[in-house]
Amino acid sequence: MADNMISCENVVFRYESMEGQTEKVAVAGVDLEVKKGEFLVILGHNGSGKSTIAKHMNALLLPSEGKVYVDGMDTLQEDLIWEIRSKAGMVFQNPDNQLVATIVEEDVAFGPENLGVPSDEIRARVDECLKTVNMFEYRKHAPHLLSGGQKQRVAIAGILAMRPDCIILDEPTAMLDPSGRKEVIKTITELNKKAGITIILITHYMEEAVEADRIVVMDEGKVKMEGTPKEVFSKVAEMKDIGLDVPQVTEIAYELKKQGINISTDILTISEMVNALCQLK
Amino acid sequence: MIKNITIGQYVPGESFVHKLDPRIKIILSLVFIVNLFIIDNFSGYILVILLLAIILATGKLSPKFIYKGLKPVLVLLIITAILNIFTVKRGNLLFELGFLKVYDEGLKQAAFMALRLIFLIAGTSILTLTTSPIELTDGIEKLLKPFEKIGVPAHMIAMMMTIALRFIPTLIDETDKIMKAQMARGADFDSGNIIAKAKSLIPLLVPLFISSFRRADELAMAMEARCYKGGDGRTRMKVLKLNYNDLIAVLFFILLIIATILVNKTNLP
Amino acid sequence: MSIKIENLTHIYMPGTPFEKKALDNVNVEIKDGEFVALIGHTGSGKSTFVQHLNGLLKPSSGRIIINDTCITEGKVKLSEIRKKVGLVFQYPEYQLFEETIEKDISFGPHKLGLSEEEVFSRVRRAMDMVGLNYEKYKDKSPFELSGGQKRRVAIAGVVAMEPEVLILDEPTAGLDPKGRDEILQQIKNLHREYGMTIILVSHSMEDVAKLADRILVMHKGKAILDGEPADVFKESELLESVGLAVPQVTYLIKELRKKGFDLSEDIFTIDQAVEALQKILK
Repeated sequence: MADNMISCENVVFRYESMEGQTEKVAVAGVDLEVKKGEFLVILGHNGSGKSTIAKHMNALLLPSEGKVYVDGMDTLQEDLIWEIRSKAGMVFQNPDNQLVATIVEEDVAFGPENLGVPSDEIRARVDECLKTVNMFEYRKHAPHLLSGGQKQRVAIAGILAMRPDCIILDEPTAMLDPSGRKEVIKTITELNKKAGITIILITHYMEEAVEADRIVVMDEGKVKMEGTPKEVFSKVAEMKDIGLDVPQVTEIAYELKKQGINISTDILTISEMVNALCQLK
Repeated sequence: MIKNITIGQYVPGESFVHKLDPRIKIILSLVFIVNLFIIDNFSGYILVILLLAIILATGKLSPKFIYKGLKPVLVLLIITAILNIFTVKRGNLLFELGFLKVYDEGLKQAAFMALRLIFLIAGTSILTLTTSPIELTDGIEKLLKPFEKIGVPAHMIAMMMTIALRFIPTLIDETDKIMKAQMARGADFDSGNIIAKAKSLIPLLVPLFISSFRRADELAMAMEARCYKGGDGRTRMKVLKLNYNDLIAVLFFILLIIATILVNKTNLP
Repeated sequence: MSIKIENLTHIYMPGTPFEKKALDNVNVEIKDGEFVALIGHTGSGKSTFVQHLNGLLKPSSGRIIINDTCITEGKVKLSEIRKKVGLVFQYPEYQLFEETIEKDISFGPHKLGLSEEEVFSRVRRAMDMVGLNYEKYKDKSPFELSGGQKRRVAIAGVVAMEPEVLILDEPTAGLDPKGRDEILQQIKNLHREYGMTIILVSHSMEDVAKLADRILVMHKGKAILDGEPADVFKESELLESVGLAVPQVTYLIKELRKKGFDLSEDIFTIDQAVEALQKILK
């Protein structure tokens, strides 16, 4: 248990029914463990329950059934909520709707200010975190003048300033253009590799999942598949059934295999594909 | 593109006035306004002009900013002046046009009132020109803090102001986008009478409201995720500290008030 | 219906410190019934470009001629242009405002001054065109629907005006793969079955590879590439230099050709690649 950053045990979550509608079960029994220092990607289409389970990981939502532990702390314990949220930070999908201050450095300071960190220490953290995400030169800028990718990096800096052990990112790139997406993924990959921060990335873009340590695929509120990127993406038919993409080369390998050609569907990158095809020639 | 213009009239700078503690500036602005209403003769205004000139100089501000601040209220100024000219019926009659009579006291009163209004605008303009929105909200929060004991939610007010300032440019942008989208569907915001124009705003206001509610919801969640729990126990990165410059400014103002009272007592014109 | 764009230049906030040349001497002709994809980065000018085509923006210089009528000179009724050229913005679901789906979709047709009957039939047709069952959805509130469905209602709102040209600005933005495929399928139908000229603005090469007859690439206000997908994708270095990527398949074929595989340079979809590789390996 102490090895796990986050532990979800048989979590069920039901949305309260509105005006006579039947209750919606967003998460229907999920068992999930996230190890410390891992780069985990949760893949799923809209409505699969991936965002809902993510919000359990920092106690924004509490399970209807089951338990969620963050670094050993039970999210159902009210008095632990603030400690849980300072250990497990969250970055949201809409870059605009998480920036609260009128200039960048003030926004990054927001988290530590809430935690009662002393003024000098906040200043030091803000400068350091902005440098980590390469936004230091924008520290006096107004948020609305930044690009989507820049806003998300500022949001990440704001979480980093709270010194979390783990950062959960709920579809952080869904509203960004390709260069913004690259900026964000590069930033979080570095945070994971260099600073050892546990990263949980919720997404529906498969290109972002190929670099993960482990992928969890969700559908209809349940975990449908789990494994390394190779293990998950090679199951092309299942992925398509769920309504998700696989890398184009993986799909080509799959189609060729269907035609009787002896090629592994374990292929994720262009170079792997080229090698495999060269051997078959 | 409108979002490139900074909100309010803040002009960044490093002058003496810029560097004053915002709390002092807010208090002194209020003192200035009260002082304006104490003055009841033109000689007092000479002191005011002197004061404004000194502040503009130490604030390294060009008078054109004051002019810009006055432009929107030009109509109000003119109405005030006209009302005074035609309603005051004391002193010597200067001329008449039918039933409209103009007295010299009327002219004097009109000039006096107009000047008061001008100085009022000038004074508050200087406040917003030399103090950034963040500093203003910080200053207001600190000033209201003692009143928390009697139920004034100082922190909440400041937080609301900050968020409003933060999102005004974003909302302007969004309004523009929605307008364009509806115009592409044939919506017309310009033509028709008042009623037609009001109706035409529905396709603009409904989406704006809905998105604002959603925005507020998401922002609240993001704030909670960053451990926001109200004002208790919060520290600040930037701490307001008073220094000698603030003392100088306060002393200066005290002198002004004394001088004004003396001038009032002397019954100068 | 053809659109000719001649020497189109647009400068935002001229004479101020914020002056920006968003479009720089763009020359393009769009023929009747074409499916054109407009690719470019944020800031390339693609949104500015499309807003000129329905009169929302006026050029700083240059002309736009729709069906032999120059819309940028003289007095042209914008409502006439907007009957012909429909524009669906990004995240169009944010413009929904009416109480029911039927009312929202009928907003555009009403503004065209059509009779109640005509509006009614157009709403029905539009809902068919985007795959929303009329009886099932007409009285629902647009806000009850999922994101992808809301988007289709918004698209229907523009389609109901029955434009000859339909411009869609990043219609797949923010959607998951399934939602994206559904919307693209609808757009394909609008093109094939209803004969609309389509201009699709996107930054995803993979999305447009299968659909477009022609790809126009923009960078810093200029049109830098204009041609059929196969030809445009061959220019992978140029595309990379402006921060765009070609489909993964194209890169794969390039690498395989380097290794001596006899594959056509024109391959850029999965199906094409599978077919070609199959022939070589069997």
